Amino acid sequence: MDAPAIETPEMTPPSLVLQILPEGIRRWRSTGRGADRLFRLVTGMCAAAVAGLLLIVILFMVKGSLPAIRDHGLGFVLSPDWDPTNQKYGALTFLFGTAYTSLIGMAIALPLGVLTAVALVEILPRGLAKAISLAVELLAAIPSVLLGLWGIFELVPLVRSFEIAIYRSPLGFRKLPIFSGAPLGVGFLAAGLLLAIMALPFILSVSREVLLQVPTAQREAAYALGATRWQAIRKFILPYSWKGIFGAGLLGLARVLGETMAVTMVIGNTPQIKASLFASGYTLASVIANEFTEAPSDLAISALISLGLILLVLTVLLNAAARLMLIYLNRRMGTQGAK
Amino acid sequence: MSRSHQLRKLHGRTMEALCLLAALAAVAPLFAFLWHLVSMGAGALNPALFTQLPLPPGEVGGGLKNAILGTLLVVGTATVVGIPVGVGAAVYMTEFARPRMAATLRFACDVLSGVPSIVMGLLAFQVMVRPMHHFSALSGALALAFIMLPVVVITTQEMLHLVPHSLREAGHALGIPAWRIASSISMRAAAPGILTGAILSVSRIAGETAPMLFTAFGNPFLSLDPKAPIATLPHTIFTYAISPYDDWHRLAWGGALILVLGILGATLLSRFILWWHQRGLNA
Repeated sequence: MDAPAIETPEMTPPSLVLQILPEGIRRWRSTGRGADRLFRLVTGMCAAAVAGLLLIVILFMVKGSLPAIRDHGLGFVLSPDWDPTNQKYGALTFLFGTAYTSLIGMAIALPLGVLTAVALVEILPRGLAKAISLAVELLAAIPSVLLGLWGIFELVPLVRSFEIAIYRSPLGFRKLPIFSGAPLGVGFLAAGLLLAIMALPFILSVSREVLLQVPTAQREAAYALGATRWQAIRKFILPYSWKGIFGAGLLGLARVLGETMAVTMVIGNTPQIKASLFASGYTLASVIANEFTEAPSDLAISALISLGLILLVLTVLLNAAARLMLIYLNRRMGTQGAK
Repeated sequence: MSRSHQLRKLHGRTMEALCLLAALAAVAPLFAFLWHLVSMGAGALNPALFTQLPLPPGEVGGGLKNAILGTLLVVGTATVVGIPVGVGAAVYMTEFARPRMAATLRFACDVLSGVPSIVMGLLAFQVMVRPMHHFSALSGALALAFIMLPVVVITTQEMLHLVPHSLREAGHALGIPAWRIASSISMRAAAPGILTGAILSVSRIAGETAPMLFTAFGNPFLSLDPKAPIATLPHTIFTYAISPYDDWHRLAWGGALILVLGILGATLLSRFILWWHQRGLNA
C-alpha cells in the first residue's frame, strides 16, 4: 500500500501575495475604521457622561430646592430662623457658621501653607523638603471623618484647656467678644482648626508649584543686588507669586466650604450666630448631614437640598474662578518664556 | 560689616526660622493624628474586629465585619462603574477631542472635583433613593462613583499627556487605526500611571462618610444585598465616635486604624508603582 501522501505546505507564490495584499489591507483598514468609530463612540459617551454629571448635579439640586424656594422665596437665604417643626426655614445661621469656620481655617492655613512652601522651595535641602511634602500629602489622604474622630478625642480637649486658660487669665481676655462664653471645647475654633488642617495640603501644594515656577533669573538678580536670602524671598520671589497664591487660597476655600464630617463632629451643632471663637455653631454641610434623614416633611428635605444648592453654587463659582485664574497665569508665564 | 547689613541678616534669619517653624507645624498634625490613632487603635485591633458583628451598647466585644464587607462592596461597585467611564472619558479627551472641547471637558472635571461630597450624596439621593423609595448600597455606590469620576479623569488625562507624541505619530505612520493607537500605544504606555490614579481615587472614596448618611444609610446587621441599606466603615466610625459608649469608641478607633492602613497603604503603593515605572523609563 502506498503511504498516504503527506501534504506539504506549499509556498504561496509571490504574485498571489501581491494580489491578495491590497485587498487584505483594504479590508483591515475598513474594519479598523468601523472599530475606530465604535471606540470613539464609546469613549465619547464616557466623556459625555462626565459633562452630563455636571449638568445633572446642577439640574437636580435646583429641582430639589424648588419647593422650598417657592414656599419661602429666595429671601430664605437671609432668614435666621430654622424651625422644622413649624415649617420655617432660613439659611443665614448656617451661612454664618460656614463662613466663620472657613475664615478661621483659611486665616491659619494660608500663612502656614505659604511659609511652609517658602521653606520647602527656598530654604530646606531637597531630601528633607521631599519628606515633608510627602507627609503633608499623606495628611490630605486622611478621611475627614477620622480627623473628626481625632478632633473629638484630642483636639477638643486641647482647645478646651486653651479656652480655660483664656477664661482664667488675669488680663481679662474673656471680656473680648471673640473670647467670650463658656469654655466648651467644641465650637467654631475647634472646627476652624480642623479645616485648617484639611486646607493646608492644598494650599501648600499649589503655592509650592507657584514658587517653583519663579524663574531662576529672578533669584539671581536679587542676590546680585546683594539681597539676603530672606530679602530675595520677600521682595523678588513672593511678589512674583502672589496671584498664584491667591488662586491657591481660593481653591483651599472651596475645599473647606463643603467639608462635612470633621466639622459636624466638633462644632457643637447649635444654630446660633455668635462672634465668639468659643461658641458652638452650625454649618450648611453639617445641618444637612445631621437633619436629612430625620427631616419631618418633604418641605424640610427640600430646604436641606437648597442648603446643598448654596454650597454647590459657592464651590462651583470659587473653583471656576480659581481655575480660570491659574490657567490665565500659566498662559501668561508661558508667553513670557519664563524659566 | 555695616550695622544695616547685620540687621538685615538678623531679620532674614528670624524670618527663615519662622518658615521652618511653619513647616514643622504643617507636619505636626499628621504625626499627632497617627500617634493617637496607633495608640488607641492598636489595642482595639484583634481578629474579632474582622469576624464579628457589632453588639448592642453595653455588651463588651463585637466587631465590624458588616462594615468592612459593606465598604468593600460599595467601594467595589463604585470602582467598577467609575474607573472605566473615567478612563474612557480621559482617552476621548486626549486622543480624539478637539483642543477646545478637551479644555472645556477638563474644566468641567476640575469644577466637578471641587463639588462637596455631601452634594454628590444629595444628588444620588434624588436620582436613586427617591425613585426607589428606600436607601440602598447601590445608591451609596452611585454617590461614590460620582465623586471618583472627575478624579479618575484628571489623573488619567495627566498620565496620557505624559506619553510622547512621537509614539502616536509612529503608530499613525504605520497605518495603525486610531483606536489601536489609543488602546495599544497611549494607554499601554500610560498604564502604570492610570493604575496609580485608579488606586488613589479608590482610596479617596473609601473614607467618604457624608454621602453615605442618606444613601447607604448604615445597617447594624450584616447585609450584602445591593438593594438594602448597608453599613460602611467610615459611617460606622462616625456613629460610634459620637456615641457615649467607651466600647463603641474602642471599635471606632479599631475601624479607623483599619481604614488608615488601607488608605495610606494604597497611597504609598501607588507612589511606589509610579516610582518603579519611572525608574524603568530612565534606566
